[in-house]
Amino acid sequence: MKPEELKYAKTHEWVHIDDTSGDKIATLGISSFAIEQLNDLVYMELAPVGKQLGAGDSIGEIESVKAVSDVYSPVAGEVVESNEGLADNLDTLKDDAYGAGWLVKIKVSDDAGLAELLDHAAYEKQCAEEH
Amino acid sequence: MVDFAGWSMPVVYDSTINEHNATRQHASLFDVSHMGRFRFDGAAAAEFLHGVLSRKVTNLKPDQIRYGLVTNEAGGILDDILVYHLIDHDGTPYHALVVNAGNREKIAGWINDRLASLSGAAADVTFKDETVDTVMIAVQGPKAIGIADQLADIPLGDLPYYNGKCCQFNGTPAMVSRTGYTGEDGCEVVVASEHAVATWSRLMEIGKSEGIVAAGLGARDTLRLEAAMPLYGHELSETINPYQAGLGFAVHLKDRSFPGRDALATLKKEPRKSIRVGLQMEGKRAARENYPVVAGGNPVGHVTSGTFSPTLQHSIAMALVDPAFSESGTEVEIDIRGRLQPAKVVDLPFYKRPS
Repeated sequence: MKPEELKYAKTHEWVHIDDTSGDKIATLGISSFAIEQLNDLVYMELAPVGKQLGAGDSIGEIESVKAVSDVYSPVAGEVVESNEGLADNLDTLKDDAYGAGWLVKIKVSDDAGLAELLDHAAYEKQCAEEH
Repeated sequence: MVDFAGWSMPVVYDSTINEHNATRQHASLFDVSHMGRFRFDGAAAAEFLHGVLSRKVTNLKPDQIRYGLVTNEAGGILDDILVYHLIDHDGTPYHALVVNAGNREKIAGWINDRLASLSGAAADVTFKDETVDTVMIAVQGPKAIGIADQLADIPLGDLPYYNGKCCQFNGTPAMVSRTGYTGEDGCEVVVASEHAVATWSRLMEIGKSEGIVAAGLGARDTLRLEAAMPLYGHELSETINPYQAGLGFAVHLKDRSFPGRDALATLKKEPRKSIRVGLQMEGKRAARENYPVVAGGNPVGHVTSGTFSPTLQHSIAMALVDPAFSESGTEVEIDIRGRLQPAKVVDLPFYKRPS
C-alpha cells in the first residue's frame, strides 16, 4: 500500500478501507514514523480474530525497550484477520510498515471515526511538529 | 533528546539494543556530564566528608574511590555517590564527590548547611560545584581501556578498579577513573568543558576500528539494570533505607558519627518491611516501574525498574518485596497491565562480565 493513499490517526495508526467485496474492511497498521520513534521493538500482541471493537478501543499493544504503547482502532467492528506471524518477526514492521507489517483487518460496523483521520500530508505535518 | 534533571540528553543515538550490545561486546561512549561533580579542598576536607557520608573517607588512600550514601536523620537515602581521594596535577591532595544529576542541588544545599556549622580547624574546607565547568565521558566495554589508554599519559591498564588519577588526556588536564555504570570494565574521563567535543571526537575516532558507538540514556538504563546497579528514584529514595535496598555494604556504623547513623543502627536490627530482589520472567513483555508483585493472589511488593534484557533475551526487573518472598527461586507473579505474568526471584546481578 502506498503511504500517500492511506488515512492516519493522530495516535499514528494507518487505515486502509476496502469495500470492493460488499463488506467494508479496514486494514490497520502503524506508521513508519511511529515505529522509528518506538525504536527497538521487543514484543507485540494483537486482538484475536472475532473480537468486537468499539471505535477507540485497543487492538493490541506494542512494546519497545523503552516503553509500551497501545494501538487503537478508529473504527468499530469485528476483527476478521490478525497478522499472526508478525509478533515473531517484528523487523517486518520496520521493513514494510505499510505492507507486510499490517496488524489487523476489521469488518467495519461504524465508520464515523474515519472522519477524524488525517490525510498523508496532514499527518506528515503532525510528525514534523512532534519530532 | 529528553529533559533529564534540566539537562537535554539523548535517550538513543541509533538503537538502544545496538548500543547495549556494543557496550557488552566492544565499547561505547556515554556523555555523563549531567552527573554532579563536587570538589573539596582544605586540610579538613576528608574529615568533613567522613562525618557526612555512610562510608569511611579518612582511610581512603590517594587515588582510591568508594561508593557510599548520603542519608537523612531517619536513615533514608538522600543520594548514592562516589567519593574520590585524588592528587591534583600540581601534587595537591583533594577530595571529590560525584552525585546524581537529579539530586545535585539538594546535596549541594545539604553540604552547605553542614559546612556552615563548622568552626575552628574543622572549618578548613572549601566546596566547589564543578559540574558545569567540566564534562564527564564514560568509556565502557571490554575494549574501553585499550581505547582510552591511547590518549592518556599514564597506563590506564594499571589503574585498579575504583581508582582514579589526574593525568593528561588527549593533551589536556583530566581526571580518569576506573569506574562506570554498565557492569563492564571501563573508565570515566573528566575534562574542562571547552575540551568536551575534542575529547569525545578523538575517542570515537580511535575506537572506530574496535566497534565503539555512542550510547544514550536508554542503553545506560538496560546495562545498569542487567548489572543490578540501583538507580536513585527507583531502587533508592528518601523512604527506602540502605538495608532494604541491599546496600548494607555501603554503610559503616562502627565508631562513626554521620547523619542517620543512629537510625540506621536501629534499622539494621529490625526486620525489613521489604527488600530489593531480582525477578526473571520468561517472555519479553517487560515489567515496568510500580507494577504490583503478587503471590497467591495477594500483593507482596512492587517493581522498581524493569526492562527487556538484550543480553539475556528475556524480561528482568528489580522489585521491593515482602522478605517472605525474597528467597532465590521463589515463584511470584507480576501484574502487567491487568494480566498476571509468572516471575521467579533470582540472585543479583542478572549479568556479570566474564572475568
